[in-house]
Amino acid sequence: MTVITDPSPELAEYAHPERLVTTQWLADNLGAPGLVVVESDEDVLLYETGHVPGAVKVDWHTDLNDPVTRDYVDGAAFADLMSRKGISRDSTIVVYGDKSNWWAAYALWVFTLFGHQDVRLLDGGRAAWLAEDREVTTDVPAPERTEYPVVERQDEAIRAFVPDVLAHLGQGPLVDVRSPEEYTGERTHMPAYPEEGALRGGHIPTAVSVPWARAAAEDGRFKGRAELEKIYRDEKGITEGDDVIAYCRIGERSSHTWFVLKHLLGHDQVRNYDGSWTEWGNAVRVPIATGTEPGEAPARRS
Amino acid sequence: MSAETTAATGGPSAGLPPALAEIVEDFHAVSEPERLQLLLDFSRGLPALPDRYAEHPELLEPVPECQSPIFLLTEVDEDEARTVHLFFSAPAEAPTTRGFAGILAEGLDGLPAAEVLDVPGDVCSRLGLDRAVSPLRLRGMTGMLGRIQRQVRETTTA
Repeated sequence: MTVITDPSPELAEYAHPERLVTTQWLADNLGAPGLVVVESDEDVLLYETGHVPGAVKVDWHTDLNDPVTRDYVDGAAFADLMSRKGISRDSTIVVYGDKSNWWAAYALWVFTLFGHQDVRLLDGGRAAWLAEDREVTTDVPAPERTEYPVVERQDEAIRAFVPDVLAHLGQGPLVDVRSPEEYTGERTHMPAYPEEGALRGGHIPTAVSVPWARAAAEDGRFKGRAELEKIYRDEKGITEGDDVIAYCRIGERSSHTWFVLKHLLGHDQVRNYDGSWTEWGNAVRVPIATGTEPGEAPARRS
Repeated sequence: MSAETTAATGGPSAGLPPALAEIVEDFHAVSEPERLQLLLDFSRGLPALPDRYAEHPELLEPVPECQSPIFLLTEVDEDEARTVHLFFSAPAEAPTTRGFAGILAEGLDGLPAAEVLDVPGDVCSRLGLDRAVSPLRLRGMTGMLGRIQRQVRETTTA
């Protein structure tokens, strides 16, 4: 059972307004049959300090990543996770989180790999909810277990791997959403973030630099469509019909940009390269560009 | 179980100062979900900065290994034991980082410098939080301990 789309006029201008909800809509619809609210944060304890009433927690690291292989969980583990959280295949999921919804967008993207149909973001995330002094609770819900079906992940459409990116060079836009210092190669991790061990600095040749935060307004909500089009279309030349790949350091900030390109601007073919710089910056013999210019696509090896 | 007997059997609290050993044992005594609650208790219990540092945040050292902003400072008394005092500053929106700081504050504050320097670098991976919190996040705590020990070493050898 799906829940009615948020009809707020401020969302109507986006390509897929059904993918976003406002804080007011969420407050009005808490407890609606078929709605499950999911909090997904960078900080693994934030949910425990207080969350939207009825919300369940999904952690990107301990729930969505496979503990051994660098990959997402498989269909069986995902089905178990969703069943434990009381989510059915036809549930409407609204995800929200800290850091302007980085990890919420990441969770939404992973849910999409498993083909979950109706998954939306709370515009502005956790910070917007708290800023409006809306109700929070430390009560952890104990949802009745559901029978979420075992669905195999379909990675092809929205996830890129190294060979896909190599084949993409010179064929379509590549968006690097990291900080300018990471793009030029001055540093291999976010300012004030842990060094996660990339041996080389720089960016993937041909990638344009659009730090993820350019899509967010001061309050953490998404910028309006006209402003987003000005950045990605007018300034960076990403046009309708383009096959786009976005990447960052481990795939979380690029999930945010993936959401913008896919659901707010309506590009059909957008993939997130989640291996991102922690893979590319350590891979042997892949091309790397440094400095502020995107650089040329290398000649293809036959 | 005392720290001594644990040391003899080589458990996770082996070779730790008593307060820190007790914390490690407390974590292992409860289930994984309860370990998160315990970490949250440490987060809430982290003492606020005294005024002399609250008004001078530039005196504290940042810890870039943590995903959230945290600053720390150590003081070493001029007594015979060179007693160590720890001070931390981390925002409420970063409860995991605050929790790590709270563990180090309760486990190390008031110890002689030599004991602080002897704390093994792998103590953070002994809390039993690898699955509940993830090893990546625990690296932030290791970064804090490393900076505490470096500051103490610099002060006591100066």
